[in-house]
Amino acid sequence: MTTVLIISGSILLLVILGLVYRILTLVSIAKNKNASAEKTSFSNKVNAFLFPLLFVIGFIAIYWYSGIAKEDFLPEAASVHGKSTDFLFWLSLGIVGFAFFITHILLFFFPYFYQYKKENKALYYPDNNTLELVWTIVPAIVMAILVVSGWFTWSEITKPAPSDSVQLEIMGKQFNWQVRYPGKDKTLGKHHFTKIDATNSMGVDFTDRASLDDFMPREIHIPKGKNVLLNIRSRDVLHSVFLPHFRVKMDAVPGMPTSFWFVPTKTTTEMREELGNPDFNYELACTEICGSGHFAMRFILVVDDPEEYEKWFNEQEPWASKNKDYLTSIGIDIESSKQLVATDK
Amino acid sequence: MASTALEQDLTASHDHDEHHDHEHVENFFTKYVFSYDHKTIAKQFLLSGMFWAIIGGMLSLIFRLQLGFPDANLEVLKPILGDWITAEGKLDTEFYLAAVTMHGTIMVFFVLTAGLSGTFSNFLIPLQIGARDMASGFMNMLSYWFFFISGLIMFVSLFIETGPAGGGWVIYPPLSALPQAISGSGLGMTLWLVSMALFIVSSLLGGVNYIATIINMRTQGMSFAKLPLTIWAFFVTAILGVLSFPVLFAAALLLIFDRSFGTSFFLDEIYIAGEALSNVGGSPILFQHLFWFLGHPEVYIVLLPALGISSEIIATNSRKPIFGYRAMIGSILGIGFLSFIVWAHHMFVSGMNPFLGSIFMFLTLIIAVPSAIKAFNYITTLWKGNIIFTPAMLFSIGLVSLFISGGVTGIILGNSAIDIQLHDTYFVVAHFHLVMGSASFFGMMAGVYHWFPKMFGRMMNAKLGYIHFWLTFIGAYLVFFPMHYIGIAGFPRRYYSFTNFDAFSSYTDLNAFISIAAIITVGAQFIFLFNFLFSIFRGRYAPKNPWKSNTLEWTTPRLPGHGNWPGKIPSVYRWPYDYSKPGAEDDFIPQHIPLSETKESNLPGENEMLKELEKGAS
Repeated sequence: MTTVLIISGSILLLVILGLVYRILTLVSIAKNKNASAEKTSFSNKVNAFLFPLLFVIGFIAIYWYSGIAKEDFLPEAASVHGKSTDFLFWLSLGIVGFAFFITHILLFFFPYFYQYKKENKALYYPDNNTLELVWTIVPAIVMAILVVSGWFTWSEITKPAPSDSVQLEIMGKQFNWQVRYPGKDKTLGKHHFTKIDATNSMGVDFTDRASLDDFMPREIHIPKGKNVLLNIRSRDVLHSVFLPHFRVKMDAVPGMPTSFWFVPTKTTTEMREELGNPDFNYELACTEICGSGHFAMRFILVVDDPEEYEKWFNEQEPWASKNKDYLTSIGIDIESSKQLVATDK
Repeated sequence: MASTALEQDLTASHDHDEHHDHEHVENFFTKYVFSYDHKTIAKQFLLSGMFWAIIGGMLSLIFRLQLGFPDANLEVLKPILGDWITAEGKLDTEFYLAAVTMHGTIMVFFVLTAGLSGTFSNFLIPLQIGARDMASGFMNMLSYWFFFISGLIMFVSLFIETGPAGGGWVIYPPLSALPQAISGSGLGMTLWLVSMALFIVSSLLGGVNYIATIINMRTQGMSFAKLPLTIWAFFVTAILGVLSFPVLFAAALLLIFDRSFGTSFFLDEIYIAGEALSNVGGSPILFQHLFWFLGHPEVYIVLLPALGISSEIIATNSRKPIFGYRAMIGSILGIGFLSFIVWAHHMFVSGMNPFLGSIFMFLTLIIAVPSAIKAFNYITTLWKGNIIFTPAMLFSIGLVSLFISGGVTGIILGNSAIDIQLHDTYFVVAHFHLVMGSASFFGMMAGVYHWFPKMFGRMMNAKLGYIHFWLTFIGAYLVFFPMHYIGIAGFPRRYYSFTNFDAFSSYTDLNAFISIAAIITVGAQFIFLFNFLFSIFRGRYAPKNPWKSNTLEWTTPRLPGHGNWPGKIPSVYRWPYDYSKPGAEDDFIPQHIPLSETKESNLPGENEMLKELEKGAS
């Protein structure tokens, strides 16, 4: 039934288009007889007028809608570097928005002012080196400013993380994130992809004693105002760690560990108050296509006050203690290993 | 002296014609199918490009329905999509990714590379430089048929059970290398790679031919400084293609090895589907470097022909010389050169060394300068013109607008610090759909409207063209401009739905709005399709030079036959932009009119040159 409807509808549409075409052709032939010397018709005036009209309507719409859309933009960055990249973004947007506006005034009003008129003749104006020089140098200077400011910010963001950073490891896999903290020794144990199995999904190497106190929470917690270093890896395909509120993004690459460090500036509680949304949570998303569940790789991140963070950190139970059976099954006696750790100290 | 040379030329071309008359017996296959004639090959590329544009457009509507109306029941599409619609009437998530992937691949390669450059390079190069055909008609024929087979394979991949490739048009491994990771990386990906390998062969055969023809076969007097800007653009485009496509070929080949022969060029330390793979030592980042070494020049392979076409059309219909001819050539060359050294700006957050990021940010932002020159030159060409709005002219002005609005956001994205947040969000989608997708598409449309009379000897209906333009122009902005807002809000690309995240749960209205705008815009293309097909058979007969243009193609008969000019190929005496020259009787002087016939309008320099020539002749 639907198919019949669609087919008959399409045929009808084609017939209508055919008739319109026929009429337009006949009309133009009839008109041309009267005014065969005319180069253009009334349409030329209509088209010329539509450009400035579109300009006015278009820019009013942009202005009006930007006001509304702003409501749904992300709130002010919750990280130190995010403030500077946001500033750069709005600065650049201001500059290019201005260029967009000015060029479109010219581009959309010239067609109106210089539309074909029988008595007019176009100006033979093939070149002007001064003008060319002006619009080479001015964009070049603007670009130079943007490059330099961008370069300073970029170098600041990508310089090596300070040694006192809070460390944690984020691993992407199809289709969720897993997180590991170094535990009380502040050192992440080794890992290797051949150690991965159904239980030990991060492939932690438990023969490395540093692994024994590592814990793997269900939410990321980080302390406000401290340097936080994310050690990022993937165990299958490319993923990308995206923390939109902190302006953080870095790909997770199998075989090549990556990292990103930043300083969070607002706790989850502060953000909830600021937004008036008691359910607000910082979220971690994936931004590198990774398969059917790409759109659902959500993980919660909580920013605590440093004291709360310490409290949370100390409450966490190491993965190894929770999974003693597993360790026994791979031949590691956790009690004796722990003693070894103790004697090391 | 001069007259002897002229006579020789005459006899030479005369012999050539006789040769055609006597020996060239054509049947249906040699004339329309395996044709050596550049005009027929151009039409083959155009029709194939249009076919692919419909498929690519329809795919975009399918995923726009999903994005705009995530709750809708898509049971109606079951007859077309079969099992890709789940029992609950939802689009399959992997099919969504496959649709996105195929939309990108088809639009970038089959529509905007083959359909645009293939059509107009083939059609215009011999006609505008004054040559009887391409340097090698045989290679040119092969170029089309390699493209055809490539397309056939890609088309077949749409219908196989595991679906077409689904890892994004950039096919980053390991996702694209491992069938365990996504079903599209099975047979679909193999077909994708084979198809692209053949596509690259086609593109190289075409490119080498374009370059050889432009360098060697220009008619008498057609120096590089007298070439129309279209030809300059096609020339640089062909060079970009010849230099960069082989790199994609290498990447595709290595990926084929990784997929089928157990090598590890791009694979390292992978545990998937319950087993640790034996592949170690490769680098997924290496693939990204190789891919974007083509991928970025590809953007300009798509865009430059469109810019060349619009230069020609804007000058013709403003009845003014293009402003800054030499600056335009310079910026084409500059853009062409720079396009090779900016590729890693697609990879700022890929994990590559941040120092490399700084270098590529610097190089990327330089490219804004030649682009700005081009935009300002177009605008100055309109200034004090006497503008006639043909549909081609409207599309060209539209192109300049889209080139600016999409180009300026490139300055933002090229800044590595800002790109951290915007990378792989809808801001990027908005940017390249405006500057590369829409602008190039508009160039293609402008070209079709402008050269249709030369292609088919008939006129397209102008009024339908105006309606088509305004719907498409406004539609393109309504679809892609709002995506900036969604991008600023952080929405990632290639998401099946946004409901899983609180951060991305806004803008449902805007997404629905974009989808509706997309449906209308795609629908408007059927006006064009109808106009195009109907006018081939029923359009008014075209006059010889309908737009009163200067370039050589308008000196051929209404429907040029094999060899393009029945008699001698015209010689060229002037640049192609002598519009509204002071003192001239009409507002245009075609390239083949000698300076000696236009003494009243010659510039002082030209008169001196003429005197020199006359002295030499006597």
